[in-house]
Amino acid sequence: MSQTLSAATLLAVPLAPLAGSLLAGIFGTTFGGNWIGRRLSHTLTIVGVLVAFIISAMTLKSVAIDGARFNETLYTWMVVGGLKMEIGFLVDGLTAMMMCVVTFVSLMVHIYTIGYMEEDEGYNRFFAYISLFTFSMLMLVMSNNMLQLFFGWEAVGLVSYLLIGFWFNKPTAIFANMKAFLVNRVGDFGFILGIGLLAAYAGTLNYTEVFAKSGEIAKLGFPGTDWMLITVICICLFIGAMGKSAQFPLHVWLPDSMEGPTPISALIHAATMVTAGIFMVARMSPLFELSDTALSFIMVIGAITALFMGFLGIIQNDIKRVVAYSTLSQLGYMTVALGASAYSVAVFHLMTHAFFKALLFLAAGSVIMGVHHNQDIRWMGGLRKYMPITWITALLGSLALIGTPLFAGFYSKDSIIEAVHFSNLPGAGFAHFAVLAGVFVTAFYSFRMYFLVFHGKERFDQNPDAHHDDHHGHDAHHAAHVPHESPWVVTAPLVLLAIPSVVIGFMSIDAMLFGDFLKDAIIVNAAKHPAMAELAKMFHGPVQMALHGLMTAPFWLALAGVVSAYYMYMINPALPAAIKRRVEPLYTLLENKYYMDWFNENVLARGARGLGIGLWKGGDEKLIDGALVNGSWKLVGWVSGVVRKVQTGYIYHYALAMIVGIFILVSYFSTWPMIKELLSK
Amino acid sequence: MMLTLGHFLTLGAMLFALSVIGIFLNRKNLIIILMAIELMLLAVNMNFVAFSYYLNDLAGQVFVFFILTVAAAESAIGLAILVLLFRNKASINVDELNTLKG
Repeated sequence: MSQTLSAATLLAVPLAPLAGSLLAGIFGTTFGGNWIGRRLSHTLTIVGVLVAFIISAMTLKSVAIDGARFNETLYTWMVVGGLKMEIGFLVDGLTAMMMCVVTFVSLMVHIYTIGYMEEDEGYNRFFAYISLFTFSMLMLVMSNNMLQLFFGWEAVGLVSYLLIGFWFNKPTAIFANMKAFLVNRVGDFGFILGIGLLAAYAGTLNYTEVFAKSGEIAKLGFPGTDWMLITVICICLFIGAMGKSAQFPLHVWLPDSMEGPTPISALIHAATMVTAGIFMVARMSPLFELSDTALSFIMVIGAITALFMGFLGIIQNDIKRVVAYSTLSQLGYMTVALGASAYSVAVFHLMTHAFFKALLFLAAGSVIMGVHHNQDIRWMGGLRKYMPITWITALLGSLALIGTPLFAGFYSKDSIIEAVHFSNLPGAGFAHFAVLAGVFVTAFYSFRMYFLVFHGKERFDQNPDAHHDDHHGHDAHHAAHVPHESPWVVTAPLVLLAIPSVVIGFMSIDAMLFGDFLKDAIIVNAAKHPAMAELAKMFHGPVQMALHGLMTAPFWLALAGVVSAYYMYMINPALPAAIKRRVEPLYTLLENKYYMDWFNENVLARGARGLGIGLWKGGDEKLIDGALVNGSWKLVGWVSGVVRKVQTGYIYHYALAMIVGIFILVSYFSTWPMIKELLSK
Repeated sequence: MMLTLGHFLTLGAMLFALSVIGIFLNRKNLIIILMAIELMLLAVNMNFVAFSYYLNDLAGQVFVFFILTVAAAESAIGLAILVLLFRNKASINVDELNTLKG
């Protein structure tokens, strides 16, 4: 590709997966008559995503090396008053990086799905959905205006909903997708309010134009309050990010979303969609830089999520839920980095996390396949010798996650901790503590899972809940429970994801954090928020950073986490149960996820239902139906029932009425002048 | 004793009152109602003539002619209706004629 980026090539990036999705979704399902089979469906969608990935990679090359940029509006959808609604692309370092991450992880997941969903009836539908997701996510990251961002935002939410409820016969899946959808609505409400405020005060939806006016907006106050307008806008936008990126207290949907098939947990609920909120805040950095209050808020929310969601990961027994809580915690880290004005560090962690978390999820999926769809880590163990590729890739992923020096996660996570350390905003102290403690927690639950799954005694034939749906003889039955390594379509993506999980941090930290790559995408007010500048001063190359990392607290905390996990689950397996008995109330609190679900279901959901029933019974049925609608006709009926009695049909009754009427009228008119005269006196 | 306008008007009023009472106290015969209506018109005529005389305006007496003509036509129609009613119902008893309603 040449120096400049052309609109047509860029357009092909989102449209190729869309085309694949439409073909597989329409002609590969009963909807379009099942014209194309499984093989053609997955070929079409994979080719679509492959095209997108190749163009993305070339775009990344021209952006990173040749310094190419693209910011153009391609199509004006409509003009309402002075507000233009457009579709356009903005390609700079941030976008190019996101495009590559999205298309690469998506490609891996597509390939993986061939193996994972092999026996599923909804095979073609699944491919259609994940390609549609890729399209939506690309529209989101490539957008150059708020409207398209919002479109992508909602579209990924929709696909997430469809995919969580992919097995729509499962009541828990339906509950989970409805929950995800509703919780995201709460976030989206804030998001659209933020966009609305920006549109109202900046008069445009285009990023560049909005940022150009941000200085003026920053001087305004929010009408009717003491708040600064920019703070309100930023917090509204961040509420959107809280919903999408599952930040406390809107995180409740993410663990439940694990009801969906594992490939989408990797693609949507770990690597890409949930990071959309982080991406959005980074993209809006010129706005967020103007409000210290919003940044403090972001940092505190992120810190709460990073630490407390990590705790929940410790007690989970479902392999996917452990990874899900780990995702929540890592998203919390990214949010903390945003709050510390270290947007590029957040985005850097987003990228490294996308690789190793997708890897961990896919490895978890591979394990689930290997042990015949059991997800409970208590009934695994010793899988290392049965599933060597899964084992080694999961180990690499876990090492990256806990921040082992030289691995990808180390560079991003250490940078976050340092950045928070340098932040001078209120709440930074708490956030710094939370992310440091989080390191230990992360290492502990990651390696708890790792040891329980891959090491120790083989417990996979002791599962009391194992579903005995295959009714063959005892010997064959026993043999069926022996784990097996997954086919190559599953292991190849694992290997391909393991490579960046290990090296990407080492390779790109210089360019991403301290180079020119993100310089024009992310604006930091260095005078007020010195974290990035301080970080740059400290940085002397990735190798030195790794060496220095060996002597800092995060490394020893991570090591302590691994060692304690090893001790508790390998050497002295009775210890966790003993601790559990000791701190029963704490355990119960964690078991119930801080009663957040309980609160949501019993207070919010039941309250809303109660309000709804009250309005329905009291407002609709009683007031509107009872009093207004039925009341009107009943009143008319009653009055006419009375009046009907007057109409007897007897002439003399009518005559009497006439006479009486005349009498009244005559007496009125004859005496009225007199009465008037009396009154006027 | 001099006959004044008041006497005539009183007579008219009495005739009118009689006819009104005749209409709604009568529970028997439809013909009586017709007669009462005629009487009512005559009471009005009486007023017209009295005013005409005392105010020296002949227009009042001209109106009386019109009213008499209309009253005659009306009685004719009323009697015709009454005959038809009798043919259909075999009765002209007012208490039985209660079909004049919706």
